[in-house]
Amino acid sequence: MEPLTYFRDAHVVRQIARETAHLHLSQPVQLMEVCGGHTAAIYRYALHDLLPPEIKLISGPGCPVCVTSNDFIDRAISLAMLPDVTIATFGDLIRVPGSTRSLADMRARGADVRVFYSPADALEWAKAHSERTLVFLGIGFETTACTLAATIAEALRNKVENFSLLSALKTMPEALRVLFTAPDAQVDGLILPGHVTTIVGWHAFEFIAREFSIPCVVSGFEPVDLMETILMLCRQVAEKRASIENQYRRVVQKQGNVRAQELIREMFEPCDMSWRGFGVIPESGLKLRSSYSQWDAENVSVEVEPTQEDAACRCGDVLRGRIHPTQCALFGTVCTPDTPRGACMVSAEGACSAVYQFSSGHHGQ
Amino acid sequence: MDNKIITLSHGAGGEAMHRLIKELFVKQFSNPRLNPLADAAILKLNEERLAFTTDSYVVKPLEFPGGNIGQLAVCGTINDLVVMGAKPLYLSASFILEEGFPIQILERIVTSMSQTARAAQVEIVTGDTKVVPRGECDGIFINTAGLGMCPLGHGLSKAPLTEGDAVVISGTIGDHGIAILAAREGLALQTTIESDCASLHELIGSVLKESKGVKWMRDPTRGGLAAALTELAESQSCDIFIREAAIPVQEPVRAVCELLGFDPLHLANEGKVVMVIAAGEAERIVELLRAHPLGRAAATIGQIIGGGMGIVRMKTEAGGVRRLHRPAGELLPRIC
Ligand code: SF4
Repeated sequence: MEPLTYFRDAHVVRQIARETAHLHLSQPVQLMEVCGGHTAAIYRYALHDLLPPEIKLISGPGCPVCVTSNDFIDRAISLAMLPDVTIATFGDLIRVPGSTRSLADMRARGADVRVFYSPADALEWAKAHSERTLVFLGIGFETTACTLAATIAEALRNKVENFSLLSALKTMPEALRVLFTAPDAQVDGLILPGHVTTIVGWHAFEFIAREFSIPCVVSGFEPVDLMETILMLCRQVAEKRASIENQYRRVVQKQGNVRAQELIREMFEPCDMSWRGFGVIPESGLKLRSSYSQWDAENVSVEVEPTQEDAACRCGDVLRGRIHPTQCALFGTVCTPDTPRGACMVSAEGACSAVYQFSSGHHGQ
Repeated sequence: MDNKIITLSHGAGGEAMHRLIKELFVKQFSNPRLNPLADAAILKLNEERLAFTTDSYVVKPLEFPGGNIGQLAVCGTINDLVVMGAKPLYLSASFILEEGFPIQILERIVTSMSQTARAAQVEIVTGDTKVVPRGECDGIFINTAGLGMCPLGHGLSKAPLTEGDAVVISGTIGDHGIAILAAREGLALQTTIESDCASLHELIGSVLKESKGVKWMRDPTRGGLAAALTELAESQSCDIFIREAAIPVQEPVRAVCELLGFDPLHLANEGKVVMVIAAGEAERIVELLRAHPLGRAAATIGQIIGGGMGIVRMKTEAGGVRRLHRPAGELLPRIC
């Protein structure tokens, strides 16, 4: 059987669902996924629909667009208003409301904001437009940090001086530590991100099982991967163990990609970083080392509007797994993918958007 | 957030555009011929029934694997007529050209327009040309309008949609969307996918000639199959059940979607038709579609089910069931 076909096979999925149901878990089990890719896949394939009712899946702080804080977007908007600056961004970030407006609003008003599919594409664009200063909005985790490090190395080699980075790059382990240290954490098992662990290795997350006694499983992104991961987590719960296991063995190793880690360390150093829903978490971000400050857009001085938070939007609680998106009063009425009030409704990987787009039709679950 | 200006999502075929049309255009222009918001308006003149439609084309890049903006402008308007069951007869063609646009490219575009029209036995009978200063449009914008005749005797069945009617797609989805994406500046994707840009007059004609079973048709262009199906469910107040595993998608399209986090159901098509077919006729019509080169991959993908809530549900490849919505706003790639 073709590998991809196997990992999507509805029979295999159903078989695993049956095995999970046969564990007869006596109480509700709350599993958290901390990767936007997992959130999107779970909803896209409607995996909730196949699980026994005692298993609840909640989303954590793993969608890069969602955890980007307002002050970062406000700063990007201020840069976008400079006459010769082009803002390069990927994905949905362009639609995320900052304190008072989004980058898409600024684009409609004439700012040069462009969506790129990869930092390498943006670098090519910068080479061809030497009259513009390109500021790349670096959001994401270790995976993105790795591609960005490679792009900046390339800019260095080719002496591309009109390319720079505004970094909101984050590292996942510190945020999870904050999450589980909080007294109200209600997570019985953790679905670990397959892409981030490819880079940093799964040993970077071992402390969660050890210190917080939470079962952890590294997961791939196909339906069979996720169902298998859920089964593995439930087994640990049933057997009252907490260890870290690797479902995504075909890709992820304990030590990760050492070359990539070196590249990241060479370009970036840890820094305090602000996360939506968490505030500033010490040492949870990556900024360019001072020897690369020429490429750091953080050094451009601009006036940034005072940060405001939308008090009605409960993205912060959604990102910490405290509430299900449908528990936000604005969900589905005031806030829809088309008129998003918060980041979690913008990104395709955001929990609010996924629940809205892919629900079975009755929003209350 | 300021919602008082036009943003790109108002043109993306999703929810924002749908609302703009309903809340501004239909509200102001309202009349019985416009209000159904079909692909073409049906006009009764004496004994004749005419179909009338218009569309503007602003695609970038102008030339892409499998076609160009001119071919698209002719095919798109022809297809809007044929999915209403009409025989396309006459087209208009208006050009807005940017100062500095190379005549050589214009010649290529116009040549392929004329070839496409001739192949469909359609005449381009009137037109207009405007040139705007450099920077005021992106190379070339084309508008085409089309007039067709709804022949007596055959055409679409008048029977209402009922439970059990089959939903059929004439081929693989997402080809045009991915071809454009791959050809667009700045996207370093290696794919061999070509746009499916084609006139559907022959394919649809071959079905309507043989069978009275087709109840509803639409070409799933912007907003993709998802938009066409939600449109169908809402406009006909019926519920639809779709099986994802039955929807034909080419492997390279699937691969690019995988990489960028797109859903093939949201991608544009320019040479496909979705049909609702009376239950007993579905098999025969799928055979008829498959007999034509443009319909080789035709497949039944779902059914009309009872309920009447205007909801589309889909059984995913993995077996779960979820609701299908029209895509919101611009298609944007995800981050990884
Ligand atoms: S539904 Fe909207 S407003 Fe509520 S938490 Fe989600 S994004 Fe924020």
